[in-house]
Parts: sequence; C-alpha cells; structure tokens
Amino acid sequence: MTGARQAGGDRSRDRRRALWFWVFVGPFAAGTALFTYVPLLWSAGLSFFDARNTVTPTDFVGLDNYTAVLTDDAFLDSLGTFALFTAFIVPATYALSLALALMVNRVRRAQAFFRSVFFLPAACSYVVAALIWKMSLFSGVRFGLANTVLGWFGADPVPWLATTHPPWYWLVIVTVRLWLQAGFYMVLFLAGLQRIDPVLYEAAAVDGARPGWQVLRTITLPQLRATSVAVVLLLVINAFQAFDEFYNLLSDARGYPPYARPPLVYLYYTALGQGQNLGVGSAGAVVLALVIAVVTVGQARWLRLGRSDADG
Amino acid sequence: MAISRRTLLTAGAGMGLLTACGSNTGRGDGNGGSGPRLSHWYHQYGEAGTEQAVKRYAAAYTEADVSVQWRPGNYDQQTAAALLTDSGPDVFEGSPTLDQIQGGQVADLTDLLDGVKDDINPAVLQPKTYDGRIWGIPQVVDVQLLYYRKSLLADAGVEPPATLDELVDAAAELTTKKVKGLFLGNDGGAGVLGGTPLYAAGLSLVTDDGTVGFDDPAAARTLGKLHRLHADGSLLLGAPADWSDPSAFVQGLTAVQWSGLWALPQVRKELGDDFGVLPFPKDGDSGRPSVPVGAYGAVVSARSKHREAAEEYVKWLWVDRTDYQEDFALSYGFHIPSRLSLAKKAEKLKEGAAADAVRFTTDHGYAQPLRWTPASQTAYQDALSRIIKGGADPERELRTVVREVRAELDRVEKKP
Repeated sequence: MTGARQAGGDRSRDRRRALWFWVFVGPFAAGTALFTYVPLLWSAGLSFFDARNTVTPTDFVGLDNYTAVLTDDAFLDSLGTFALFTAFIVPATYALSLALALMVNRVRRAQAFFRSVFFLPAACSYVVAALIWKMSLFSGVRFGLANTVLGWFGADPVPWLATTHPPWYWLVIVTVRLWLQAGFYMVLFLAGLQRIDPVLYEAAAVDGARPGWQVLRTITLPQLRATSVAVVLLLVINAFQAFDEFYNLLSDARGYPPYARPPLVYLYYTALGQGQNLGVGSAGAVVLALVIAVVTVGQARWLRLGRSDADG
Repeated sequence: MAISRRTLLTAGAGMGLLTACGSNTGRGDGNGGSGPRLSHWYHQYGEAGTEQAVKRYAAAYTEADVSVQWRPGNYDQQTAAALLTDSGPDVFEGSPTLDQIQGGQVADLTDLLDGVKDDINPAVLQPKTYDGRIWGIPQVVDVQLLYYRKSLLADAGVEPPATLDELVDAAAELTTKKVKGLFLGNDGGAGVLGGTPLYAAGLSLVTDDGTVGFDDPAAARTLGKLHRLHADGSLLLGAPADWSDPSAFVQGLTAVQWSGLWALPQVRKELGDDFGVLPFPKDGDSGRPSVPVGAYGAVVSARSKHREAAEEYVKWLWVDRTDYQEDFALSYGFHIPSRLSLAKKAEKLKEGAAADAVRFTTDHGYAQPLRWTPASQTAYQDALSRIIKGGADPERELRTVVREVRAELDRVEKKP
C-alpha cells in the first residue's frame, strides 16, 4: 500500500520534473532548431540552386555553385588570407598570453591588479577597438598616434591600412586582436599554472635543474598540456570567425579592398551585399564549414584532446 | 525558491506580451490621409532638415496614409533583403539592380512618366530603364567632381589640370610634408572612381549594345597612370573622414579632393571663394572629361499589397509636385533636380562653382549602366585596387576582368 503510493508519487514527481525540464530547456531547444538548424539546412539546400535575390529558388543547378566558388580566385584568396592569419595569430597569442601568465604568476604583490589590467581588454567590443585602432592609433594622417611617434624621428607618415607594400595593414589587424584576446587566454594559463604541484619544482631544484628555460621546458609546459590544447583549439576557432575587426578596419561605403579578406567577409559581400547571390554564398559557406570541420577534427586527433595533464 | 522562479517566468511572459503589443510598425502616425497604409523608406541623408521635409511631403498626401522610415546603415543591403519578404516597404528610394528587375521584384513605372519623360535628365533616367521600361523615378541628380584649393595651386604655381597627366604632375607638386596633393578616398580611389577613368579615356564600362566597354589597350594605359599617384606619395590615405565628406579638404589635409556636389555648401561656408571644381580630366586623344552622375529613384516593390496606391503616390510626389522636388534637391543638401525644367530655373545653380558643376554634368555626365552588375563591379574594383596600390600589371588585371564581365553580361542577357 505504502509502496504503491510511493511509486505513484515518484511517477508524478518525474512527470513534473520532465515538465519543468521542457519549460526551461524547450524555448532554447526550439530557438536553436529554428534559428540554427533550419537556416543551416536551408542554406545547404540553397547551395544547389541558382538563388539570386530569392530564398525560395526553383532553378536547380547541381554542383555549379560549388564549381563557381572553388574556381573564384577571390574565394581561394580568402582561404589563403585566413590560413596566413591563423598561422600568425595563434602562435603569437599563445606566446604572448603564456608570457603574461608566467610574469603575473611570479608577481608577489598586486597580482590581482595586474591580472585585471591584462584581462580588461577582453571586455571591449571588437567593433569599438577596431574603430579606435583605425581612427586614432593607426590613422593615416600625420596626427595619428603611430605617425606622431614616427614624426619624432623625422619619418614620413605611413597610411597604415592602405599600404600593401609592405603590408602594414596586417600590423593593425594583428595588434588589435592580440590586445583584445591575450588577457583572456592569460587567465586560462594562470589557472593552469596554479594547478601545478610546487613539489615538482622543488624536486627539480633538488635534482639540479636550472631555473628558467630548463624548468619551463621540462616541468611547466608539459604540465600545461591540457590547458594548451584548449587554448589552441579556441584560438583556431576564433580565427575562423574573424570578421568584426577586418570589416570595421578595412571596409568603406564602396566595398572592401582585395587584400586581407577572410572567408566570412567574402561571403558577406557575395550573399548579403547588393549581389544577393545566395546560391554561391551558401556553397561557399558549406565549403568553409567542411574546412572548419576537417581542421578541428584533425587538430583534436593530433593534439589527442581529452588527455589530462598527468598523462602528458 | 520554486515560487520565485515561477513568478519570474510569469513576469517574463507578461513582458513578452507587452513587447508584442508595443511593436513598432512605424505606421499610424495619425497625420494625414485616409485610404491604404503605405510605408516609404529613405536612406539616412546627412543634411539637417531632409528627414523632416520628406515626412512633411508624406503627411500632405491625402489619398493614402504614408509613413516614412528613415534607415541608417547599409541601406542598399537592407532594401535588397526586404524585397525578399512580404514585410518590406511599399515604396523605397533606391537603384534597382538588373537582377531585381529581371526577378520581378520591382514594379514597372513607365506609365507614371507619360508626357514628362523628356523633361527628366537622361543621364539618370537611363540607368533606371531596362527593355524600354522604367523601373524607378529619378529623384535628384548626384554628381561627383574634383574640388581644388585655388590659393594652394597658385602658391605652387600649378594650373588647374586639364588632362590626367597634368593631374598626376600637379598632385606631386602640391604634396608637401603637411599637405597631400590629392584625396581620392581612403582606399586610394579604387572604390569611388570606378569607371570614371575609363570614360575619361573615351571608353565605357558596358557599351550600349551590351558588350564590354573597356576591352582596349587605352584602358590599361589610363589605369596605369593612377598607380603613379600612389607611387609618388601624392595621395592622402587614412584620413579621418572618407571622400564623401569634405573635411579633409577644408581642414587643409589635401589640396585637391574628389567629392560630391552635396559637399559644396559646406566647402563654400568654410573656404569662401578659395576653391573651384573640375571634372575628372581626360586622358589620351580620344578622351573627354568625365563626371559620374547617379541618383536614387523612387521604386515600388512588386510585393506591395497596395501596388496601385503606391504608384499613384510616387506619381504625385516625384512627378506632379515639382515644388517638393525642388525643395528636396536644393533646400537641404545640394543636388541638381532631375527635372531639366527645374534645374534650369534654380537660382542657386546659376553662379560660381555650382554653375560650373551643372555645366560639367550636362556636357560630360555619365551614369553606371544597369548591365554593370555587382559581380562585375567587384571584379573590376578589386583589379583597380591592385593596380593603384599594388602596382599590378594593368593589362593582365584587365584581361581577367574582361573575362568575368563578359560572363556576367552573357548571364544577364540569357535571362527572360
């Protein structure tokens, strides 16, 4: 008797739980389905149609859009731009944030202060930072900050964003991203550093390891393995999403210059600009998604994601 | 805890409902008009008073309840996207692309101009015409030209340039440590010049019979000269405000600047008589000066639920009410009215630099042809940028562009 009532109570409690689960999760699940998966599949569908100025095309063209996008020099250039950008920004951010973390970790006093100061830029918007970089730090006229400094040494002002030989615009693009994201990854590294057992350092010292490079290479870096894997993955994904600072630094009312044009900027102009070529744009997006998937899976395999620091 | 969560949820739902009630359709201002409701989009004009003016015009219309939407941001992209849906505007200002016309997204407005077609400036009517039908009613004529500072040219002993070679030399001579010779936009000119140098060489973007207009050695020769401006260090680059704003010119960052006629009142206010205007100078023996003109037109969306009412409203505002057209063109910004009869009467266009600008427009004005699609534009602009800034070989770059433009022209011709 008692047992049966108990079971009934359990069931009703389960039902109530399920109800509340769906009340809270349902809206998000529905939102994700409606605003992520439906557009995703729709876009994949569009990539097989001649879809100009329409999202309900009728003109099936098979793989023509894929041929078009894969033979378009501008698209291939954009993949090249992206590869170059990633090859530079990932190691640079990694090295800078690790260096910052090592320094902040050694500071005995005011550690919280330095941690906050270096972390603060992460709270700034990419758009705002890009505009400050463009308008005041690296403005092309003689009273921009960088040009003022050059002026002290008698050099001519440099139009940073418009110079392609040498490609000074990379300096602007890379520094704004470094400034914005180095602090965030520094915090991840700090957390990793603080988890390293001090006993290891003591043992190394007893065994005669020289402090500095040798300890860093043999103790610190191997112990940071899991953190490093996560940081590199996040950095690569962030680099794939590069759009904000590129668009805000380099675009103008008439379009975008033919250099430093990452894939998302290219797709933005193809599909959403006045061209409204949604078929080719979608094909480009599918190609890009495949590239990202392959790179991410390959990277996870290669870095043996999921192994802990202790296994390293 | 459970109660407080539930309360929160209820409050949230309540707020959602309230927001839904308060949704702003931008309609029902309560001013003017009975009849169907029409929404009319404009892009954000920089000049003070324009927004109030167009709202005043709309309120004065009695046959329909017209509400005006003033839209900042990437306007052409907004209208292109809005034309895909049923919730777009009934009437909007814009330049319908060939794909939009062929796709049946915009209404045929040919009949609205019955009897007055000859009074519309042909340079702005032509790019709104396809297959003999008219798809947008030109509102004003916008003109771009060179502004030069008379005193700076006199100090350097330089005459206002009449050929492209003279412009290149003048820009170099006018460049000092503090002042650059020429400002063609922060990208070095690739964006704003577009086809202008080609027209100055006696060529065109697309010929009247629909073939590539610059498949000619003269094109490479002319575009190559633009690289010299960049290589000489005569170009102002990275200025705080781009070419459409005369700030760089009036602040003395450059001696010569490419900008729009709309900037003329501001330039005159700041510099008085110390400036003049020039067309883009000709290049080569068969060349002629070139002045790009362009204009938004009033366009009716094919998806409008009140298409006839929308067309009548457009006819009323942009064909019948010439007093509003003159007010719109000349009272706020500075544009040439698209009606030839109005432009002839306008006092403000009869003297000084404004009169020069009108003369250049009549003699040398060209408009971007409708067959020049966004895809062609991108290919050409990329090549021009590589030529100007990178010093790329103009012949090789243009060969690629000609191939791509030819493919685009074939594509648009094949469509029904």
